[in-house]
Amino acid sequence: MEESNIRLPDPRRLIVSSSPHLHHPDQIRRIMLTVIAALLPACLVGVYVFGWRALWVLGLSSLSCLAVEFFCCRLRGVESTIGDGSALLTGILVGMCLPASAPWWLCLLGGLLAIGLGKQIYGGLAYNPFNPALVARVGLAISFPSLMAGAAWVRPQPGRFTAAVQAVTTPTPLDHWKTNAVAGTDYLDYFLGNMPGCIGETSAAALLLGGLVLLVLGYIRWQVPVGFIGTVTLFALVSWLLAPGQYPPPQFHVLTGGLMLGAWFMATDMVTSPITRQGALIFGVGCGLITAVIRLWGGYPEGVAFSILFMNALTPLIDRYSLRKPFGAEGQPLHKDSGPDSGLLSK
Amino acid sequence: MTDDVLAQPIRFHGGVHPSDGKDLSSGSEIRTAPLLERYVVPLQQHIGAPPKLLVAKKDEVRKGQLLAEPGGFVSAAIHSPTSGVVSQVGECLSPTGVFVPAVEIGSDGEDNPDDSLPPIEDWRECDPAKLLERVRAAGIVGMGGAAFPTHVKLSPPPNRKIDTLLLNGVECEPYLTADHRLMLEEPDAILDGAAALARVLGVRTVVLGIEENKPDAVALLRERAAGRDIEVVSLRVRYPQGAEKQLIYAATGRKVPAGGLPMDVGCVVQNVGTCRAVAAAVLGGVPLIERVVTVTGQPVVSPGNWRARVGTSLRDLLALAGGVKSDPAKIIAGGPMMGFSVYSLDLPISKSSSGILLLAPEQLFQYTSEPCINCGACVDVCPMKILPGPLSVQIENECFDDAENWRVMDCIECGCCAYACPANRPLVQHFKRAKMEIMARRR
Ligand code: SF4
Ligand code: SF4
Repeated sequence: MEESNIRLPDPRRLIVSSSPHLHHPDQIRRIMLTVIAALLPACLVGVYVFGWRALWVLGLSSLSCLAVEFFCCRLRGVESTIGDGSALLTGILVGMCLPASAPWWLCLLGGLLAIGLGKQIYGGLAYNPFNPALVARVGLAISFPSLMAGAAWVRPQPGRFTAAVQAVTTPTPLDHWKTNAVAGTDYLDYFLGNMPGCIGETSAAALLLGGLVLLVLGYIRWQVPVGFIGTVTLFALVSWLLAPGQYPPPQFHVLTGGLMLGAWFMATDMVTSPITRQGALIFGVGCGLITAVIRLWGGYPEGVAFSILFMNALTPLIDRYSLRKPFGAEGQPLHKDSGPDSGLLSK
Repeated sequence: MTDDVLAQPIRFHGGVHPSDGKDLSSGSEIRTAPLLERYVVPLQQHIGAPPKLLVAKKDEVRKGQLLAEPGGFVSAAIHSPTSGVVSQVGECLSPTGVFVPAVEIGSDGEDNPDDSLPPIEDWRECDPAKLLERVRAAGIVGMGGAAFPTHVKLSPPPNRKIDTLLLNGVECEPYLTADHRLMLEEPDAILDGAAALARVLGVRTVVLGIEENKPDAVALLRERAAGRDIEVVSLRVRYPQGAEKQLIYAATGRKVPAGGLPMDVGCVVQNVGTCRAVAAAVLGGVPLIERVVTVTGQPVVSPGNWRARVGTSLRDLLALAGGVKSDPAKIIAGGPMMGFSVYSLDLPISKSSSGILLLAPEQLFQYTSEPCINCGACVDVCPMKILPGPLSVQIENECFDDAENWRVMDCIECGCCAYACPANRPLVQHFKRAKMEIMARRR
């Protein structure tokens, strides 16, 4: 059997490594690019509703995020991570959180806040405790309230594709309700996206489509959006039933403001949400609770961004206390206490 | 159907479903390897104490003659694969990369059998202790990969009541088809072996679990098992269904307690290959000196299954399979999820070698480990329901006490977590390391 024409492998060229020797095709980059793709419908609606100016804002903030990511990696002396898609995703999310009237420098500053202060300062992707896009959104909203709220909301002009900023401004439905105590009832417009607001927040339909795609692909856990939107709905329903004159019906709360974008795309950010499914449910319900309280009784018209940031801060704690019991250890005491810091917290 | 078997198998927690590559080798019949000139027989082929060598260099041996006797209760006998001369006593490489004691047998070409183990004709009636002694004397170990001495599993302490014998025909590792072919070609030997094992254990309930991607085996075994009191269950495809604890749960709904053994829930699990070896030892008087090995992978010229003797080198097996048509990047002893990548062809197969898998460079993935992004993919797939991501961070920080508290010892090293991790973290490598560190500290 030692025929000479049999070719045997050359052992010197073999690679040795630990098992397993196969890998699922999912990589960080692939996940990030898929999430970006899932955001595209909502971006398209934003551009359709607010004109080319919206595209400009989205593009500028994306570029800004990529540039900041690149320079931060340079400064830190590590290999550039702009290829992994996470900076581009953050950039698009930042743009989606801005009004179409945002000046160019606000977009650039948004990128700096998101990537610089929200992510790279902690050591880059995976080490950031807060959602970078929301760090930018809240930072800008607090620093430049006149550019991020009130008079910033341009009137939607679906399909007009004007390049100029629309001079006529109009309050968002949530603003309008907060100041005038009268809630709009154009639910179909709210659902499709024909309402004033941030570029990416207007169309609940497009966001829902993208979110469902991610859910089916397994890139987000249903516990977060369901817990989030479910809790807001519950609060809105109870308050509306108790005082219909004072509070708008639940569909108003679900369709307006940043709830859809926040629940499907921001709260589900892997790095800043809990690792277990039980934890994800606690996280989602917590976000919904805080959002509802701020919207119904707080001073701000919108509470989605604050609620997610707040729950981001609680994520390590949730992870710590939503541990599950290993298979077959159901009757045994859970992880013996290993002190306050256990790798997870000190990550 | 008895009460102990579930009407419908349960889906165990977690698991993954890699593309299985079984078509490469599942179609053709098992081929018998020709007699080779030499065999290098490792002496430590099992979990437990090393056996005591009984032969010296230049001794003449017969096929099936005892080369080494068990070195304790948890140990196994080693027999000569053929007749000839002990040409060397030394060491050989094992798949894990360490050298183990071994003897080399130079074949005389006669293949003269040794008759110290006569067939047990009355195995259906005889004292079960006689069967147990035969299993021990034949050096039978778990052939699914664990290589735990079978007679130990068959001797539960008196306070453990065994009521169910589970036969593992799952073969959930991708690419491997040795058990599948064996079930198709020697169903009666498997069922005879199972019956003998059931007699030793004194159990009435025998369940054979097969994944439903082998419908031909399910149908055939169902047909042959009719009237034999053996239940064949078809299980939904999901790796690692062949892991003992997962199989027991899927087939019976019982949960082996963490840190416990199958006997704690009244079960004993045996691989179908082991059953066949038991049948050969009892009915044929042949000790465990050969097994079916899958030789497969895209680079292999003629992938398939071989009935090869223990001590056959990878070099010989690959030559039997026609060699390779392109250079492989990895050679794996075992399956792709739990097997060991090796760096030499001069490595003999042992009683528990289920396959040799060659991976082409384009199938390989080389990666750098990135920080954990907390995505939870590993958490979702871990069949033991531990938290691989956070655990790996603890281990990277060398917090082994924390890792122990967080149950790293419950990890079965199935590889699902590392398979799924989008950050390409070498999770299993971390866990193997932590387990070794923790074991070393306990000592
Ligand atoms: S942690 Fe262990 S048991 Fe869990 S998936 Fe990873 S290798 Fe398997
Ligand atoms: S799959 Fe990888 S990245 Fe995701 S949580 Fe587990 S270890 Fe972290």
